[in-house]
Amino acid sequence: MTNHYIDFRNSDVILNMGGNVAENHPVSFKWIQAAKDKGAIFIHVDPRFTRTSTKADIFVRLRSGTDIAFLGGMIKYILDHNLYDEFYVKNYTNASFIVNPKYSFEDGLFSGYDPAKRTYDKSTWALEKDEQGIPKRDMTLQDPRCVFQLLKHHYSRYTLEKVSQITGTPVADLEKVYKTYGTTGTPDKAGTVLYAMGWTQHTVGVQNIRAMSIIQTLLGNMGIAGGGVNALRGESNVQGSTDQGLLFHILPGYLPTPRAQWPTLEDYNKTTPSTKDPRSINWWRHRPKYLVSFLKSMFGEKATKENDFGYPWMPKLDPTQDASWLNLFDEMYKGTFTGFFAWGMNPACSSANAGKVRQALAKLDWMVNVNVFDNETGEFWRGPGMDPKKIKTEVFQLPCAAFMEKEGSISNSGRWMQWRYKAANPPGEARPDGDIMYELFKKVRALYEKEKGAFPEPILNLKWDYETDGHFDIHKVAKEINGYDLTTGKLMANFVGLKDDGTTSCGNWLYSASYTEAGNMAARRKKTDPTGLGLYPEWSWCWPLNRRIIYNRASVDLDGNPRDPKRPLLRWDPSGKKWIGDVPDNAVPPMGTNGAYPFIMKPDGVASIFGPGLNDGPFPEHYEPLECPIEKNLMSSQRINPVVKIFEGGPDSFASCDPKYPFVCTTYRVTEHWQTGVLTRWLPWLIEAEPQVFCEMSLELAKLRGIKNGDRVIVETQRGKLEAVAIVTSRLKPFTIAGQTIHQIGVPWHFGWLQPKDGGESANLLTPTVGDPNTMIPESKAFMANVRKLTKQPAKKAVKG
Amino acid sequence: MADKSFFIDTTKCTACRGCQIACKQWNKNPGTKTFQKGNHQNPPDLSISTFKLVRFNEVVLPGGEPQWYFFPDQCRHCMSPPCKEVADTKAKGAIIHDEKTGAVIFNPKVKIKSSDFKEIREACPYDIPRYNLNTNIMAKCTMCFDRISEGMLPACVKTCPTGAMSFGDREEMLEKANKRLEEVKGRYPDAMLANPEDVRTIYLLADDPKKYHKFAVAMNPFGITRKMALKHLFKPLNHIRHLVG
Repeated sequence: MTNHYIDFRNSDVILNMGGNVAENHPVSFKWIQAAKDKGAIFIHVDPRFTRTSTKADIFVRLRSGTDIAFLGGMIKYILDHNLYDEFYVKNYTNASFIVNPKYSFEDGLFSGYDPAKRTYDKSTWALEKDEQGIPKRDMTLQDPRCVFQLLKHHYSRYTLEKVSQITGTPVADLEKVYKTYGTTGTPDKAGTVLYAMGWTQHTVGVQNIRAMSIIQTLLGNMGIAGGGVNALRGESNVQGSTDQGLLFHILPGYLPTPRAQWPTLEDYNKTTPSTKDPRSINWWRHRPKYLVSFLKSMFGEKATKENDFGYPWMPKLDPTQDASWLNLFDEMYKGTFTGFFAWGMNPACSSANAGKVRQALAKLDWMVNVNVFDNETGEFWRGPGMDPKKIKTEVFQLPCAAFMEKEGSISNSGRWMQWRYKAANPPGEARPDGDIMYELFKKVRALYEKEKGAFPEPILNLKWDYETDGHFDIHKVAKEINGYDLTTGKLMANFVGLKDDGTTSCGNWLYSASYTEAGNMAARRKKTDPTGLGLYPEWSWCWPLNRRIIYNRASVDLDGNPRDPKRPLLRWDPSGKKWIGDVPDNAVPPMGTNGAYPFIMKPDGVASIFGPGLNDGPFPEHYEPLECPIEKNLMSSQRINPVVKIFEGGPDSFASCDPKYPFVCTTYRVTEHWQTGVLTRWLPWLIEAEPQVFCEMSLELAKLRGIKNGDRVIVETQRGKLEAVAIVTSRLKPFTIAGQTIHQIGVPWHFGWLQPKDGGESANLLTPTVGDPNTMIPESKAFMANVRKLTKQPAKKAVKG
Repeated sequence: MADKSFFIDTTKCTACRGCQIACKQWNKNPGTKTFQKGNHQNPPDLSISTFKLVRFNEVVLPGGEPQWYFFPDQCRHCMSPPCKEVADTKAKGAIIHDEKTGAVIFNPKVKIKSSDFKEIREACPYDIPRYNLNTNIMAKCTMCFDRISEGMLPACVKTCPTGAMSFGDREEMLEKANKRLEEVKGRYPDAMLANPEDVRTIYLLADDPKKYHKFAVAMNPFGITRKMALKHLFKPLNHIRHLVG
């Protein structure tokens, strides 16, 4: 999140789209209610009428997988009706920047497409620079090649009628949402957007969010109280785990993972983002300091200037390797690797195309399953359709402590790192994850010391001293993450002092300032709120630098005065020459006409309406999901995103516009369960409230298929099927898509065969192996399925012999 | 301790069921075996193991759009509890009406005959009392008597994330309910408070009570049976206390 849950209360218009906030983030709804109490308008856009919709002032439906069409229509509406914030757009975005003349977009393809490789050569998606290397601009926004005009041109095709034909949302409903959200384009109004997996889990997932980011910058809603683009995270610490480098492509603090083409530290540092524009702070220019400090944290005294601070010991990805989830399990399925730790997860139910994952697990020699409860992953070898005699995988089950049985921090969606304390001892032999990892590595290292092995240096040289009196000490880890001044041994005050000469260490530069000589900042619990905006600067700690709303200098005018006097997030005090309010997104003086731009993490210093960095285009464009109900994309000849990776063969098959699978299907969660239900299916009160997998469908579809409410049905896709109970409801309705009636169904993915016995199977047996071309997040939210009534098998007659 | 009441604002309820689960947790009530029957409401009804139940009711509004009404059902802790009036004639002390708080409490130490229970249940205008056939004990919401005696909020109120559930001094709750009713009238012209003068669990409903639950408002505020009606003519003196404040 750019903002925080509490900040919802500062909004005038709240849009929840690609998410179901009341059901899946129930406690956060208090802040939506707080905004409503002050007169805010709450909009919910979703294929289904959910518990969230019941509290919406405006609820409208759209077909799963058509969000870019919906949002593209909103961009056009905002531009056509001059609802955008002109000052903001001119000064704080790249709307005025001139684009390379070779950039083009035609019939669904951006310039530079290579159909053989299914990739783009992105060199023409560039901003023009002058002789000094500074981006060229036209502050009148009239130049036909300026971003603003290209944006206008690109979305001119997204007419209300066209959008309605794609999304199935009636024109009047589109207009209602566009008009209402468009009112937040004035400086005294704030609009916020809350999204979740309903936007990300698509083959256009990143561009869904890009489309909304464009809207938020057009309306001047970024960097302000009550605004922002806010991802409702589905797990209490998923923000923290991403920050700490859980994903394959980043080290802690979003430093890129080293690749084979950068064998030395110098090679790596050549990729540091740069700018020649003195007005752009380009904070990423400090990246080399953060990497060296990270390496010092990894290898301690073994990291020296002479050995590139141990950079050669860091694992390197192959030049274009994508080691994300879907590829990982595809490689496991092919037998590329033979060992696997399933740590705090349940891929046999959580992964798209879970049937493939279950088969892949059978290819392993060994698997370690670390979890609070037993799950379908650890027990895959005795699951449905498996023959234990034929499975060689040796499974080790390690019970771990639940959240209240261990101490440590979690970082919530709003980037707050909050310290938690242990409330009870874990049962039996269960231990905290940190203890398990710590001891495990000591054993691995002992083996390497004894038996050597290939490339032992990283393992032998790793600094592994996070213990006190022989026990793993989580505070030592937290301090290491904050970093030390190695010349004094003192904890770093913040990342500004980090160096690239080996005199500082820091496990994660973004978290530097979280645990200082003044103490554990994450453990703070002071409820003072000087701004009155709910920033609570001394409650826990927020990255970066305790800044509660990022890009906050975009909330002030050129002189540093708040543009919205009702919600003054930041104000320049000219006499004291300092900012008052939130921690400023860089403490430079007000921008004036030649000062520093506010978007300090962007190389050009401004928000990117034209975003040249992604793999599938600088502007979001509507493409159909891989599996979709219509033969032709109404926007272009490109039916699907032209750069998605297609997995083919074996368990990977797809069916688009196939009469066998005529219905749009999506997956989701309910309040009562969490993720695959590993934790919640074992809790009697929760399984009592949502006991079995269901399939929600409209009255019209039920009639068509002769299904009654409560009937048992089979939901089936090209990849798998499951039994479910039909919930026939007026909360779903058929869509009219390009003149045809299209039905939508939905299934929750909380269930699995292990527990309870009659709970039903995972909805991910249905979902396809296909991902977004930027992130490879699977497209679990839009695919094609069939649903039919389960007819009872006639009882076998006893044969008398 | 002053006379207490709940105020349940259904316009703020998102049916997260935190209250339903918190109630089970505090009262150590077990989860029961349930099935998905085509409705998210589960367990299907109040029971000896379920004192608080969020009822889900789907309706189609006049314009054709759906609405989904949520009703966190529980004992109303009536000002003049008809259940007690019947119970008093069956087994002394089976139902206690706490003078300080107004809580109506089923005494778990007093056994009730199955036929007597039937009458007690019928007397309740909100269909709240439940009965354990094996132990012959009645059960329902206790107003978290053990918690409120210690100055704590009832478990359901403490858990509610949206502010739909409130608990406090009766006058304060009535004032809050009336104020909120005025606030929502603009958006929900049919909004109403359900029997606010008769009960200590005051619901704010946005629409016709029947769309929430058959027993959202009193089915028969003067009791069901002829015997009950007669009894009302000879109300014990302690009820007069409520009338005069």
